[in-house]
Amino acid sequence: MNLSPATHDGQALHVVGKPLPRVEAVGKVTGGTLYADDIDLSGLLHCKLLRSHHAHARVLSIDTSSALAVPGVVAVITGQDLPARYGIMPTCEDEVALEHEKVRFVGDPVAAVAAVDEAAALAGCRAIRVEYDPLEAVESIEQALLSPGSEPIHDYAGPANIHRLAALEFGDVEAGFARADHIREDVFFFEGNTHLPMEQHSATAQAANGHVTLWSSTQNPHYVQRILASVLDLPMGHVRVVAAPHGGGFGGKCDPFSHEIVVCKLAMLTGRPVKCTLTREEVFYTHRGRHPVLMWVRTGVDASGRICAMHFRTALDGGAYGSYGPASTLYTGALQTTTYAIPAYRFEGARVFTNKAPCGPKRGHGTPQPRFALEVHLDKIAEEIGLDPVELRRRNYVKPFTRTVNWLRITSCGLEEVTDRVLEASRESRRERRPGHGVGFAVSSYMCGAGLPIYWNKLPHSECVINVGRGGVTLFCGATDIGQGSDSVLATVAAEELGLSPGDIRLVTGDTGLTPVDLGSYSSRVTFMAGNAARMAASRMRELIVAAVAEEEGCAPSEIEVREGKIGRLMFEEAAVLAEERLGTLSSHGSYSPPADIGGRYKGSGVGPSPAYSYSAAVVDLDADHCTGEVHVNKVWLAHDIGRAINELAVRGQVEGGVYMALGEALMEAQVYRDGLHKQPSMLDYKSLTFLEMPEVETILVETVDPEGPYGAKEVGQGPLLPVIPAVVSAVHDALGVWVDEVPVTPEKILKALDARAKGKEGRFGPKSFPDVPYPPLVKVTPPDAAAAAL
Amino acid sequence: MLRLPRFRYLRPQSVAEAADLMAEHGEQAMLVAGGTDLLPKMKRGQMEAEILVGLGHLAELRQLERSDDGGLRIGAGVTLSQIVHDAALARLYPGYVRAAALVSSPALRNAGTIGGNLCVDTRCNFYDQSYEWRMAVGFCMKKDGDICRVAPASKRCRAIASSDTAPAAMALGATVTLVSSAGRREVPVSALYEDDGQFYLAKAADEIIESIQLPAATDWSSSYVKVRRRGSIDFPLAGVAVALKAAGPVIEEGRIVITAVASRPLDVSEAAEPLVGCTLASLLEGQRDELLTGVAASAARPAKPLDNADLHYVWRKQMTRRGVEQAVREAATALLARSA
Ligand SMILES: Cc1cc2nc3c(=O)[nH]c(=O)nc-3n(C[C@H](O)[C@H](O)[C@H](O)COP(=O)(O)OP(=O)(O)OC[C@H]3O[C@@H](n4cnc5c(N)ncnc54)[C@H](O)[C@@H]3O)c2cc1C
Ligand code: SF4
Repeated sequence: MNLSPATHDGQALHVVGKPLPRVEAVGKVTGGTLYADDIDLSGLLHCKLLRSHHAHARVLSIDTSSALAVPGVVAVITGQDLPARYGIMPTCEDEVALEHEKVRFVGDPVAAVAAVDEAAALAGCRAIRVEYDPLEAVESIEQALLSPGSEPIHDYAGPANIHRLAALEFGDVEAGFARADHIREDVFFFEGNTHLPMEQHSATAQAANGHVTLWSSTQNPHYVQRILASVLDLPMGHVRVVAAPHGGGFGGKCDPFSHEIVVCKLAMLTGRPVKCTLTREEVFYTHRGRHPVLMWVRTGVDASGRICAMHFRTALDGGAYGSYGPASTLYTGALQTTTYAIPAYRFEGARVFTNKAPCGPKRGHGTPQPRFALEVHLDKIAEEIGLDPVELRRRNYVKPFTRTVNWLRITSCGLEEVTDRVLEASRESRRERRPGHGVGFAVSSYMCGAGLPIYWNKLPHSECVINVGRGGVTLFCGATDIGQGSDSVLATVAAEELGLSPGDIRLVTGDTGLTPVDLGSYSSRVTFMAGNAARMAASRMRELIVAAVAEEEGCAPSEIEVREGKIGRLMFEEAAVLAEERLGTLSSHGSYSPPADIGGRYKGSGVGPSPAYSYSAAVVDLDADHCTGEVHVNKVWLAHDIGRAINELAVRGQVEGGVYMALGEALMEAQVYRDGLHKQPSMLDYKSLTFLEMPEVETILVETVDPEGPYGAKEVGQGPLLPVIPAVVSAVHDALGVWVDEVPVTPEKILKALDARAKGKEGRFGPKSFPDVPYPPLVKVTPPDAAAAAL
Repeated sequence: MLRLPRFRYLRPQSVAEAADLMAEHGEQAMLVAGGTDLLPKMKRGQMEAEILVGLGHLAELRQLERSDDGGLRIGAGVTLSQIVHDAALARLYPGYVRAAALVSSPALRNAGTIGGNLCVDTRCNFYDQSYEWRMAVGFCMKKDGDICRVAPASKRCRAIASSDTAPAAMALGATVTLVSSAGRREVPVSALYEDDGQFYLAKAADEIIESIQLPAATDWSSSYVKVRRRGSIDFPLAGVAVALKAAGPVIEEGRIVITAVASRPLDVSEAAEPLVGCTLASLLEGQRDELLTGVAASAARPAKPLDNADLHYVWRKQMTRRGVEQAVREAATALLARSA
């Protein structure tokens, strides 16, 4: 089926592009929405997890007898009840729901108690006696790599605690450096941070007749279903996972979690529904957030500023478990090439285990860290060779419809446009200068959905069914609205095709028992993939109804207009009845699989390919105080190549949310540990921006109309975060003349950089060196030849 | 969500009855006004009162009245929001009102009282944590343990004095009226505090703050500078309250109180002595910058921040110095504006 992106079969768009309120908005702002923790079932039991107090220890024994004696306690389970190992990625199934052999971070769950209320469950947990044999804990990348004496965190990672290594070379990097006129090296560090969703994780399970249903605040019901079936040893069809209306994910609800598995097991054992809602502190331990990443980058440019070669090294602090780690590692090297045409590129990455809460995907998964390093590094090169930093970038921008050196297929690309528009909008501010005032610029790009699923299969990535009957139009899709607005996208797409308004579409989403599969809300894939599936299903439904009406009217289908609730001269409902009389049950379906040729064919090529890339450019305007080191951000301009905005209001909301999160990461957010413990697992002490720190954001949307996106649409959920962080660092440099090569940029770091400069040293704060990492031999990949590079 | 443990809530009809209840129940009982400090701490197991004696509903604690000497008597149950929105108060005691305005967030200020604020618990990031967290790291002497995690050699707890209004009140020379079943007494606000993070209040546990008395502000102006990461919600990382007296163009007296850099607010008014005799104009026009730097340095000297709050302790000490300079300038500016 070939649908033109620009219009709907030559006709103008009616609801796509309109700034309409989101379909679920009223429930959320009036308190009507029932989130996972609002679920109440008769006979409900409450579950609490007993978590490790040790960062690294062998579990010698667990005595649950006195917990069972606590009044109100109904059941207690330990790792022995749930021995199966699992993990989101088939290559590192290194988790169990409850650890009974070894704990690997403070917060690692070891036992679970179900009781008539939370207080009894908590009392039950406190009555459990666990005997530990403490082991030496590993707290940093350097320590992980350099302490072979201590016991490895995971046996499979070996004594250096290396979870994953990657070494890839595309083109002849040495030759590239040899012809460069100027070479520069830099080292950067990005401190880890967490998602901080407003809603804590919550899951409720019910079991009956060998079936289990789980309601959870998850982003990926399909993957959770898959893991539950395997861990609980049930046929997949006996496990139903419903993604409850969501209070925020940002990547933190992408993994299958201990509490989700545990409530299912407890429901099966007790025959009663069981709920577990995490406390805020537990959310910090559950984490799976931004990896701390050390980065080293070396780039050679010719006299005109064109990149000849780049060598990028990363070392990720993965925390205690694998999670999405292999993908996270490769993401730190994959998307450098989607903004800059790098003719020869070498990437070496490593992820190490430490005894901290496991890291995983957070908005921008694995790419904000290298994007920060890359953009600041380019600023420094520009300064050194005396070229305007924007001009240096422009000379290296990728072109639309090309293939990168690492074989990523670029289609629509609005880099030039977002650059022009963001500079134009911020022109006045850039002109006005006062002491301590600074302006920074950066660009970035992000995927519209991962090209490959998490586990190997050839099924469509997204499927959609539309039924039309006396219940109106019902759209079934596995996609999960985590606040990014995917329900509104699906409703808008179906409404556009059927000549209705989004409010006319009933949605059944994120329910593995009722909806066809969608892989989940991660990698900014839903608008592109589920949107295309929904469009296909809806246009097929339109064809069915239009054909029936055309037959009745005795005209050609092309003469029937579909708009404003009418199909030809008939009301939509009348037309649907007519079609149902002729055809029987009206049902249509659509599905989406990414094209096969969007990436390369080398080991590691699974990470990076996407059917399209969004592009963003940011300008940050701030004042930095040279006495206190404090930074006040005045305004952020963000131009984003959205392909096409399906709902402009929702797109602007995502841009503002991305800028908000980026400023938090740039200026204050940090997942800091002390004595093996998370230093500040509370919303008061883990600092993120308040209203008062949030500046005005001017959003500029650029529509490049992607040939494969639904109506030309691309992603916005993650991309706009990326350029803001380096733009802040660049603006601080513009304001004070010093570089802070470590995020977050705190007052103390700024003062240290100023102090260094005052002492005649380099005006910089940041890591001094990059550790010795035993990277494996390079996998050498031949880049696409000229013919393949121009699509 | 963390849940509140069970407790009995008693609702006395008067301050006198509240005092009797406190005497009757002894150590099991605690006073509660807005509950914005106490209740979160009970959820985390930092405080374990079995009985709470409520004060928030008592009308007699919510009076604001002029006293005979031209000062003001404010009931301890007056909320921070009431203080913040009182324009007359802001003219007379700008430093005190500013301090109240910088406490936590609007919602918490609607509930939080000035009496509760004077008694707000000292803070430490080894202590302001859940029971489970504290158990994991090892309990400390402020609650459930016997050593100090920040300063293991210390014989006393070094938790941080964190009330914003206490230093502002001290700079004004304010007093509080304390009521217990044994009687009533009036003491300077400064006499409420000990330099001990664990036993930080010098009053008896059953003594109720009935009111705070601010002396007449004729010829005085005041200011408060709060250092923290964000513009709202955060507790002070350093706080500086300044009060200056000048009937005409020349400073006659000055007081400086610094907070959040020790376990009690520190009255460092001797450091203000060089300001006496300076003209407001010379101070503000930059002719006395060196003198001001000196004042700030000596005012901040006793500040001993430790690594138990947000940001770096060295930075907090630096910011205390800067805060003194800024607070002196602000108070001087207000005086100059008044004389003009
Ligand atoms: C997120 C957050 C941020 C905060 N930020 C700040 C801040 O920046 N600065 C700041 O100063 N505070 C802050 N607070 C603490 C608190 O909100 C305020 O100090 C508030 O003024 C306390 O008043 P309350 O009436 O709520 O006190 P309560 O919680 O009711 O009581 C606090 C203490 O005072 C005692 N008490 C109360 N009234 C009396 C009385 N009349 N006589 C004797 N004892 C009494 C109680 O027994 C208790 O020990 C914050 C709190 C939170 C939760
Ligand atoms: S200063 Fe020491 S004793 Fe006091 S709360 Fe902190 S760690 Fe505990």
